[in-house]
Amino acid sequence: MKTCLVVDDSKVIRKVARHILETLSFEVAEAEDGQQALIHCEATPPDVVLLDWNMPVMSGMEFLQALGRSNVIARRPKVVFCTTENGIAHIKAAIEAGADEYVMKPFDRDTLASKLQIVGLA
Amino acid sequence: MSADPATLRFLANLLEQHSGQQMAESRLWRVETALKPLLRDRGLASLAELVTALIGRRDERLAGLVVEALLNNETSFFRDRAVFELLATDGLERMRARRADERRLTIWCAGCSTGQEAYSLAIQFAEARARWDGWRIDLLATDISRAAITQARDGLFSQFEIQRGLPVGQMLRWFEQDGAHWRVRRELAGRIRFRQHNLLDPTPFAGKADVILCRNLLLYFAAERRRAAFGRLHAAITCDGLLMLGAGETVVGQTDAFVSDPEIRGLYRPSTLQVATRAA
Ligand SMILES: C[S@@+](CC[C@H](N)C(=O)[O-])C[C@H]1O[C@@H](n2cnc3c(N)ncnc32)[C@H](O)[C@@H]1O
Repeated sequence: MKTCLVVDDSKVIRKVARHILETLSFEVAEAEDGQQALIHCEATPPDVVLLDWNMPVMSGMEFLQALGRSNVIARRPKVVFCTTENGIAHIKAAIEAGADEYVMKPFDRDTLASKLQIVGLA
Repeated sequence: MSADPATLRFLANLLEQHSGQQMAESRLWRVETALKPLLRDRGLASLAELVTALIGRRDERLAGLVVEALLNNETSFFRDRAVFELLATDGLERMRARRADERRLTIWCAGCSTGQEAYSLAIQFAEARARWDGWRIDLLATDISRAAITQARDGLFSQFEIQRGLPVGQMLRWFEQDGAHWRVRRELAGRIRFRQHNLLDPTPFAGKADVILCRNLLLYFAAERRRAAFGRLHAAITCDGLLMLGAGETVVGQTDAFVSDPEIRGLYRPSTLQVATRAA
């Protein structure tokens, strides 16, 4: 089963994302911020990380940079940003920092499914 | 307000008369939601009043608006990715080899909705520019819906539409942000001609197309009409051309005009049989 880590400080978003991902046959784990996410990735790297931008403790961008630097993560997960930051500057910055895909909130099941397929996971 | 079954049936039949699209009993509930804005615009209190106006005034314009509103325009970029890739790789490569002398390819997207399908194709060609250098690629995209064609021609997509199926890299490359929307770059838009056309009418161009995409449209035609439409597509395609259908569609058991391509499974080629092309 493919695994996805949902990183978002909003419990509601995590719940919605989990529901959609489970219907797409993903096994889902959750983290509330970038730091928790990093710890999770070091212990059990998922296939894909669904990543919010603004979070307390460690933002999505900081997480992405830390992920790039980390040498303890066995297998780099795909990273799909999933955020309300929908300006072109943000999108470009995320791609330059190494994100594989970008989903602008709000999104629906078909959109998320298509993005996961694009990164090779569906 | 809740419309009675006869009223809903009347409206569904109107849709079928104009477009060939049948509405299943289980989808009749959509009629009411889809027509609400039109009722409001026209100051009509109910679907029954709408039907009365349609019958009493024989208002063709109103009928046209009803049909517009009832059409299902669902689409996305690179819909059914695997089939799309098959066309972009094996399919177009074969046509490139076969047309190496003329260096000319005509592609018809029939039922292109708001344009995502045609833009996906145009992106394929634009990103393989070197391969198609010196080629003339005629990309014609048609749909019965005036509103859909207008949007396709404007190349303006909502945030919701732009991210369905389109990789972010291609979004950044081929579209620019325009307020809450995304607008196709001129370079890409210039590759496609959009035109309103009803698939029940004769082919909208002279000559023949090398590749026809007719996806998620004939699915909702009655069997006899579908057969006739396949016949017309057969008459519009070169004898070595390729037909691409939706992922859930097939020609098997529907028509003798096309057969599965033996080398590129998932695409279809015209059969050599004589086929009736009369309109149903
Ligand atoms: C469900 S959409 C599919 C769009 C696109 N081909 C795809 O697969 O994503 C079907 C489209 O067919 C159009 N359509 C329905 N009946 C038609 C007809 N008789 N002639 C031309 N277009 C028609 C509708 O307006 C709609 O845009």
